[in-house]
Amino acid sequence: MSTTQVFAELAYWQQTGIRVGAALAAVLLVAGALVYMHLFKAVSFMQSRLGPMEAGPYGSLQLLAEVGKHIQKEDIFPAKADRFVFGAAPFVVLASTFLLVVVVPAGPDAWFIDHHNSDLGIYLGLAVSSVSVLGILMAGWGSSNKYSLLGGLRATGQLIAYELPLILAVVGVVIQAGTMNMADIVYAQANGEIFGLGIVGNPYILTQGVAFIIFLIAMQAELAQAPFDMPVAESELVTGYMTEYSGMRFLLFFIGEFATAGVFAAVASVLFLGGWYIPGIDPGADVMNLLGPLVMLVKIVGLTFLVFWTRFTMPRFREDQLQRLAWKFLIPIALANIVVTGILKVAF
Amino acid sequence: MTAVSSRRQLNYIAAQAADARVNLEIETEGMTLNIGPQHPATHGTLRIVAKLDGEQVIAADPVMGYMHRGYEKLSEVRTYPQVTTLINRIDWLGSFANEVPFILAAEQLMEVEAPPRSQWIRTVLFEMSRIANIVLFLGDMAVQVGAVTPVFFAFRDREHILNQIEAATGGRFHPNFDRIGGLKDDLPKGWIVETKQVMKKMRSFCNEIEELVMGNEIFQARTRGIGVVPADIGLSYGLSGANIRGSGVDWDVRRDGTTGAGGLVHNELDWRVWTHPDGDSFSRFWVRLQEVRESTRMVDQLLDGLPSGPIMAKVPRIIKVPAGEAYVETENPLGVMGYYVVSKGGLAPFRVKIRSASFNNMSITPWLLTGVYVPDIITILGSLYFILGDIDR
Repeated sequence: MSTTQVFAELAYWQQTGIRVGAALAAVLLVAGALVYMHLFKAVSFMQSRLGPMEAGPYGSLQLLAEVGKHIQKEDIFPAKADRFVFGAAPFVVLASTFLLVVVVPAGPDAWFIDHHNSDLGIYLGLAVSSVSVLGILMAGWGSSNKYSLLGGLRATGQLIAYELPLILAVVGVVIQAGTMNMADIVYAQANGEIFGLGIVGNPYILTQGVAFIIFLIAMQAELAQAPFDMPVAESELVTGYMTEYSGMRFLLFFIGEFATAGVFAAVASVLFLGGWYIPGIDPGADVMNLLGPLVMLVKIVGLTFLVFWTRFTMPRFREDQLQRLAWKFLIPIALANIVVTGILKVAF
Repeated sequence: MTAVSSRRQLNYIAAQAADARVNLEIETEGMTLNIGPQHPATHGTLRIVAKLDGEQVIAADPVMGYMHRGYEKLSEVRTYPQVTTLINRIDWLGSFANEVPFILAAEQLMEVEAPPRSQWIRTVLFEMSRIANIVLFLGDMAVQVGAVTPVFFAFRDREHILNQIEAATGGRFHPNFDRIGGLKDDLPKGWIVETKQVMKKMRSFCNEIEELVMGNEIFQARTRGIGVVPADIGLSYGLSGANIRGSGVDWDVRRDGTTGAGGLVHNELDWRVWTHPDGDSFSRFWVRLQEVRESTRMVDQLLDGLPSGPIMAKVPRIIKVPAGEAYVETENPLGVMGYYVVSKGGLAPFRVKIRSASFNNMSITPWLLTGVYVPDIITILGSLYFILGDIDR
């Protein structure tokens, strides 16, 4: 009996419960793993230090200790803060992450939205990923702090500017795959061939390499990581829109930051790296429901390592410089990529 | 007919008026942003009141004095040997260099000259405290521009220098090692060999920083052409050290100093003064990087040619400085530091006026910060490189 049949026999509320649980696990466990592997360890080794070593073996339980610490803290509202907006902002940011993870398939039947009956896919993903801008603007405005306000405004300008190259980079993939359905994009890569060679399929990083690089740069900017971390800029705006947050609400922002990195990496690995597909195994096989999430996790860890490696190596762009990069370089290149992809698609 | 047309006219007029209202330039009040006193970029408790229009600075005003510790006044009720303990804390990253000009001024008043060996060791420690100080700047400047990692390398490699200073003087940060008429102790055994290895490490650190930070395109985009100090403006504000050499002024008290060259032996070494014509943040960084390299070369030369002999001149046990006044300035890590010491013949100085480099270097900020953007405030302040203790004393 296939996994689909087992799942179909459950009641609707049971299915929903499993999906919610899976989404929480997909976001929080991945975020935790990324924090530990990249922020605590990989970066520490780059900076000639060990990172946390006390809590658990090699500091593996440090994250639990940090969460426990943040939960115990007082929930502070600044005196002149707009209480509702200030309080709701982290949830809005986190909601966008959870909505984005919904579109990512991790196996032929391991999905949150039905890829067999719905073509929403990447379209929905790109739409909901913009919601986080609202949360950040809310945080910047609601804190009634000048640093936060500057950070929030910078973030808004930046996120809007880099949304465009992000979307335009995806358009190239959509044209080549001929679908917006995330699962079908994986199948298209698995069954594709380059010049008649179909050994590894056709992961779009090979044919859409330009789009992949643009996607990674725009992703870096969407995540507000260095060199695009002008909105948080520790050394000048303290932490920008997060300045006034502490305790649990800060933790939500923090989780949001890393979870969004993981989820964007998941989207990128579906679009460009062939998703859950392994060369040699039929991507529709039942076993891929178990292997798929692991394959995805490996790709997510690899891509997020790039993100954090860049983050801890590069200085940051000034606000006008990063706007110039988006509008004068990334968007024209992305448009050219679409044109070339379209011509080749029609020609072959 | 007329009613319709007049309604149309009214609509047209209303639309015009609405357009005009929107097109009127909206008068907005500027925002006042207090950068500091508690702010990561100010290395302590400096406050900069910046009036902003959007992200552009209209006026910037540094407010100093949050860390004023009254060293000039305190010096008046301490004996001369005790004063060095205090003034160690002025520029706390290059402490030994603070002691030197005061001791030289006192020696000048007492007409004592330190023996050659102690002069050479003094110069070694003087240059090593410069390296310890500026190495941290090289890492910290990267933090100001947004790169987090280089500062860890700076702390890691500064440790070697601090270990050597500790081995020689007993104090990592505040050696309190300089004495009127010489030094407290001679160098320990094996110190010279170790120090030469450390100097090699510092040169490789400089190469690392050159590749990691200075060669980075984003770093250059953030610092080149930002915070330009023309040479004449810089001189009129009293800038000194690498800040003025970054503007192309070839002036270094170690070479050109007239008043207090007696206690340091830079003129017996083969070295050069680095200048950069641009005067921007990048050139200040560049000059400091070259100066660290030059200092490591100087230390090598000094250790090679270290003369033998005593390290203390004959001075009385209880130091009474004869009446008179002396001003001695030296080229400290942050710029020119001078002590004006007035003695009335007692155990304690009658008056000590400290000319510290950072105070003057900071004074250019209202001129320099006007018109720049908020992110550039931080890089400019970082490149001017001040230490709060050196501003407020």
